[in-house]
Amino acid sequence: MRRLGLILVPYLWLLALFLVPFVIVFKISLSDLAMAIPPYTPNLDLTEGWAGLVSFFRELDFENYVWLTEDALYWKAYLSSLKIALISTALTLLVGYPIAYGMARAPEEWRPMLLMLVILPFWTSFLIRVYAWMGILAKEGVLNQFLLWTGLISEPLIILNTNLAVYIGIVYTYLPFMILPIYASLERMDESLLEAAEDLGCSRLSAFWLITAPLSKQGVIAGSFLVFIPTIGEFVIPSLLGGSKTLMIGKVLWDEFFSNRDWPVASAVAVILLLILIIPIILFQRNEQKQREADG
Amino acid sequence: MRRFSWFNATSLTLGFAFLYVPMIILIVYSFNKSKLVTVWAGFSTHWYGELLSNQSMLDAAWVTVKVAVVSSSIATILGTMAAYVIVRAGRFHGRTLFSGMIYAPLVMPEVITGLSLLLLFIGLNVDRGVMTIVLAHTTFSMCYVSVVVSSRLVSFDQSLEEAALDLGCSPFQAFRLVTLPIIAPAVISGWLLAFTLSLDDLVIASFTSGPAATTLPMKIWSSVRLGVSPEINALSTIMIALVTVGVISASLINKHQAVRKKREEQAAERQL
Repeated sequence: MRRLGLILVPYLWLLALFLVPFVIVFKISLSDLAMAIPPYTPNLDLTEGWAGLVSFFRELDFENYVWLTEDALYWKAYLSSLKIALISTALTLLVGYPIAYGMARAPEEWRPMLLMLVILPFWTSFLIRVYAWMGILAKEGVLNQFLLWTGLISEPLIILNTNLAVYIGIVYTYLPFMILPIYASLERMDESLLEAAEDLGCSRLSAFWLITAPLSKQGVIAGSFLVFIPTIGEFVIPSLLGGSKTLMIGKVLWDEFFSNRDWPVASAVAVILLLILIIPIILFQRNEQKQREADG
Repeated sequence: MRRFSWFNATSLTLGFAFLYVPMIILIVYSFNKSKLVTVWAGFSTHWYGELLSNQSMLDAAWVTVKVAVVSSSIATILGTMAAYVIVRAGRFHGRTLFSGMIYAPLVMPEVITGLSLLLLFIGLNVDRGVMTIVLAHTTFSMCYVSVVVSSRLVSFDQSLEEAALDLGCSPFQAFRLVTLPIIAPAVISGWLLAFTLSLDDLVIASFTSGPAATTLPMKIWSSVRLGVSPEINALSTIMIALVTVGVISASLINKHQAVRKKREEQAAERQL
């Protein structure tokens, strides 16, 4: 009895506030836009009994999904979100790997301190960390002032409100997610393997490619998914740092909902986004499982 | 130490500079006299004064703290229960769905979570405000709590609990006297995580809130969208300072406890 209560409380909570809302999103994505409150039809009217239920289901259709494939805006936004997520994941890996490597090779008594320095930004507001770059990348911003002062450039660079600014913002805010799993896998590595390889005549570089890189593969995969998955639906970074040409699906969904007030289309956008995300999420969980099994 | 080469030193220096210079610039410009964030016009704490006399900002901060305290506390209780169910309850009907619902919110885009909850609240005709934000935050942060707590529960020696039961404890007493003290650090970090997530959240709060309640991130958002403002820099500085003090003191406490534990273990060994 007590066990049942223990299971039921969190179970019912999640059913009511996680699963049911999704069913509602799905249902509304099959509805039509209407000038009413709520702004879509049909609405389930249980007072009409069975007949009401039948006519309710009859009126649902996939019209909004057809609309999504016809209007270039949407599929372009999906593609460009995937592209931006992919490029910024690669960039984050490029920036994050050397940092994780340096941390794992640092003297042991420094490591807790370094780890804390990586985690600290994670606890500070995401919004503020993105905002910090607005003042740096602006046309009269700190970066341009500095570059003009050094004489490296004679004209201010236009970075804010371009895709480049979005990449910088993503790399900056998601860096800890990349560093931590790579660091974890590198720190576990047995360094005597490298000594053995060098004793046997490997150069440092080839020892890295033959030993360190394969041993840190799990961490690289985990970190890449941790950056890639949330980036696809990112909203704050493209809105603050991106320009009118930056197309990301999270922003499209937001505008569809708050500006156009087209709830059925916004819901259809959400359903498709979820379908796109399922593949990387399953791959990520497989990778985690594999790692758990390898750890025994 | 052999491998701590110049390459490692450079990548660490550049990496940490990348992580911290933007925040330092933000902090420096919060003390700028000029309204223009890009022109340095001398040191001043003017914007802090301005901030503290901005009543709508203070109201938003108060709403945010209220929401964060309430939602993270409920989320800690629910998340600990959920962790217990996942690690201990064994097989039951719908277990796969349950663990799916625990892990899904961790990777769910905020726009989708926000949209779906808003549609639920509208469907149920609930007045949106502090209450609905609390419900939304509790739902996603309980999942984080349960992940943190369950990783601790997995590594926990179950025979201790069984011993307590054998010695006549009720299951609840065994939980309170044996399990809870051992998983307490995970429960506390779960609460802290939930609290921070709630403080930070912009997207889900924007969807689930009504005109009656504005949280601090929503307030920052509406100001920041128009461009950089020194007042927001001042606010950011205060927030960064609070977080830094919090994280450093938490790690000092942790270190202190680890040292004490080691000392006690050594003392116990000597007595044997």
